[in-house]
Amino acid sequence: MGNIDLSMIWAVVIAFAVIMYVLMDGFDLGVGILFLFAPDEEARDVMMNSVAPIWDGNETWLVLGGVGLLAAFPLVYSILLPALYIGVFLMLAGLIFRGVAFEFRFKAHKSRYLWNWAFAGGSVVASFAQGAVVGSYIEGYQTEGLVYAGGPLDWLTPFTVLTGFGILVGYALLGCTWIILKAEGYIQAWAYKLAPWLLAGVLLIFLAVSVWTPSVDPSAFERWFSAIRWIWIFPALAAFFAFQIWRGLRQRREALPFVATMGMFGATYFGLLWTRWPYVIPPNFTLWDAASAPESQLFLLLGVLFVIPIILVYTAWAYWVFRGKVRVGEGYH
Amino acid sequence: MELDPLLLSRFQFAFVVSFHAIFPVFTIGLASYIAFLEALAFKTGNPLWTQLSKFWIQVFAVVFGMGVVSGIVMAFQFGTNWSNFSYTAANFIGPMFSYEVVTAFFLEAGFLGVLLFGRNRVPQGIHLFAACMVALGTLISAFWILSANSWLHTPQGTELRDGVFHVTSWTESIFNPSFPYRFTHMAIASFLTGSFVVAGVSAWYLLRGREVEVNRKALSMCLWMILFLAPTQAVVGDLHGLNTFKHQPMKVAAMEGNWDTDVGVPLLLFALPDRDLQANRVEFGIPRLGSMLLTHTWDGEVPGLREIDVEQQPPVWIVFFAFRIMVGMGLLMIAFGLAGLWLRRGQRYCQTRWFLQGLRFMSITPFIAVTAGWVVTEVGRAPWIVYETFSHEQGLTPSLTGGMALFTLIGYVLVYAAIFGAGLYYLFGVLQKGITVEEEELSDQADQAERPMRPFSATHVRFEHEEH
Repeated sequence: MGNIDLSMIWAVVIAFAVIMYVLMDGFDLGVGILFLFAPDEEARDVMMNSVAPIWDGNETWLVLGGVGLLAAFPLVYSILLPALYIGVFLMLAGLIFRGVAFEFRFKAHKSRYLWNWAFAGGSVVASFAQGAVVGSYIEGYQTEGLVYAGGPLDWLTPFTVLTGFGILVGYALLGCTWIILKAEGYIQAWAYKLAPWLLAGVLLIFLAVSVWTPSVDPSAFERWFSAIRWIWIFPALAAFFAFQIWRGLRQRREALPFVATMGMFGATYFGLLWTRWPYVIPPNFTLWDAASAPESQLFLLLGVLFVIPIILVYTAWAYWVFRGKVRVGEGYH
Repeated sequence: MELDPLLLSRFQFAFVVSFHAIFPVFTIGLASYIAFLEALAFKTGNPLWTQLSKFWIQVFAVVFGMGVVSGIVMAFQFGTNWSNFSYTAANFIGPMFSYEVVTAFFLEAGFLGVLLFGRNRVPQGIHLFAACMVALGTLISAFWILSANSWLHTPQGTELRDGVFHVTSWTESIFNPSFPYRFTHMAIASFLTGSFVVAGVSAWYLLRGREVEVNRKALSMCLWMILFLAPTQAVVGDLHGLNTFKHQPMKVAAMEGNWDTDVGVPLLLFALPDRDLQANRVEFGIPRLGSMLLTHTWDGEVPGLREIDVEQQPPVWIVFFAFRIMVGMGLLMIAFGLAGLWLRRGQRYCQTRWFLQGLRFMSITPFIAVTAGWVVTEVGRAPWIVYETFSHEQGLTPSLTGGMALFTLIGYVLVYAAIFGAGLYYLFGVLQKGITVEEEELSDQADQAERPMRPFSATHVRFEHEEH
């Protein structure tokens, strides 16, 4: 194969799809997590309306990531999905329930409370499952040859439960700051009151995970502590963004908390990637081990590089059309 | 009790894929129908076509929404239960599935929104263009999926090296030998599905005397479609069968219930195939017609199932009966097409009660026929995933236990039952409401211009049906 490293390009494409997914579906899942805690039904209407026009665009990144993995890194697809079998089912069931709740809730009268539960429950289950996946990724997977050789619940350990709650609270913070951005009046005031607690929860769990990680995985310890490294820029950035969230909340700024939360998520994500780089199936396989044939990677890359800019433009346009505050009594029916 | 993860995974896959397939089969046909209505409205300026199109766009929105939701599961199903297969075939099926997603994105990105909500915001020509692009998009999605599926039946343009398929020619692998037949057969099936659903709903309205003028027009249009498409489908199906006979003779032997290689074999109308006995318990057929249909001579030789080991034979009775169900439904469709033609004199087709009642029930036959057809082709490939190269057993996820597979099988059945129940219930509400849009709702629609919308926002029907 020529001098272009297709696997590297694909790693960037998929890493990009994943962070897009985490950031964008993260806040609409977060809105779902906070749904049942909202002050009243009217607030729930506003919360749902604030994400309704964009959530499915957000979720397309997940599908693109899924099939992209199959095409570009089939080994990741064929080891991670069996390892996460039960978790993947829970995540999909959660996403399905909350997906149809978007459609049916506004059509429903008497059964509305059922769709509230479907929306909130689905969001919580899907978020927790995603957090547990992150934890299991740090822990690594037991493989034999080219197949997964562990048990059905290996992904569920005290460590992954902690990361599951981490993502749950983290998404809730994203959702909460999103509500600050999109709502006003008593709904916004409620979100302002809630956000500092969520921030404290996130920081606490992130700290616990950071302390715990070296004992789960010695190679991570090696990478972080063997010398002063550039990798420390990520926790520094995360801390900076956390401070900005706190400052934004104190000054009652509307956009800063949300943007800073995204920044904190981004810094944490890249820190995690760097910890594991270039292993895509820790601890045994690198991205080059997991790659599909170059002709297959190239064949699909042409289509994907064509369509990703279109998706980005479309997404930006959708956010632009639905910019501004969502008011009580407005919204789709 | 020992749970077999292989059998349970096959059940789960069959369940999830059948459930998912119902939606695209319908939306592909309906999208083309909507595009056709929009074109008629554009050309003639007759508001009846617009009214009809508006109504079916609502139904399309609901069904499309449900299809997308059930499709997400499909993107992960291959990895969770068939990880060895995914790994082995990824070089080909990976890009195929991904291109399907890319196509769907492209469709959703631009044109679906314009079709659903753009009627009063863009020029009519642009709206028509969007309708055509949505119709085209559904067909292109089907193109990729059916290409991947056809490759499993007639793998070409690839070679197996070190346990992994490598693509040697994209054109040969994408346009593999069974693909043109399968795609044509499936596209016509989708159009027939659209026609029968629209015809059934129109017939139901006519029976209740609702919006007679517009429903008569819709029914008439569908009956012409059915009259031409149903016999065409029989011919295409026959050609597809001959293609299968060439590449997968054992599947045809199972379809025909033919155990022994022989000359002048009969066409069996009914039989009770028994795999243990390696013969049929009872059989009843037309002598020598089987040979005639397959080899085009009365004395042609047709290979039987005993040519291969029992373990390599597909479960014969499933294939045998599913094939007869499909053909039976097809013959019923042809009969209704002809009856429609016969009743055309004096417009009796929209007044004859038995015919309209019959059409109501016929609206589910395409779904039965399509599902049965897929059972024939997929079960008929057993025990292979990739024909004569890679078996179900080899493809299964090694770490999968029977308990895990049972857990998710029950889980998906419950989740889909809830979602499907709610969707179907809501859809009947939309149908009950009917074609006429009331004034108040029109003004409501107009002032929604800048509001966020979802696919279901295309409808204005409550989830709970109103009491009549």
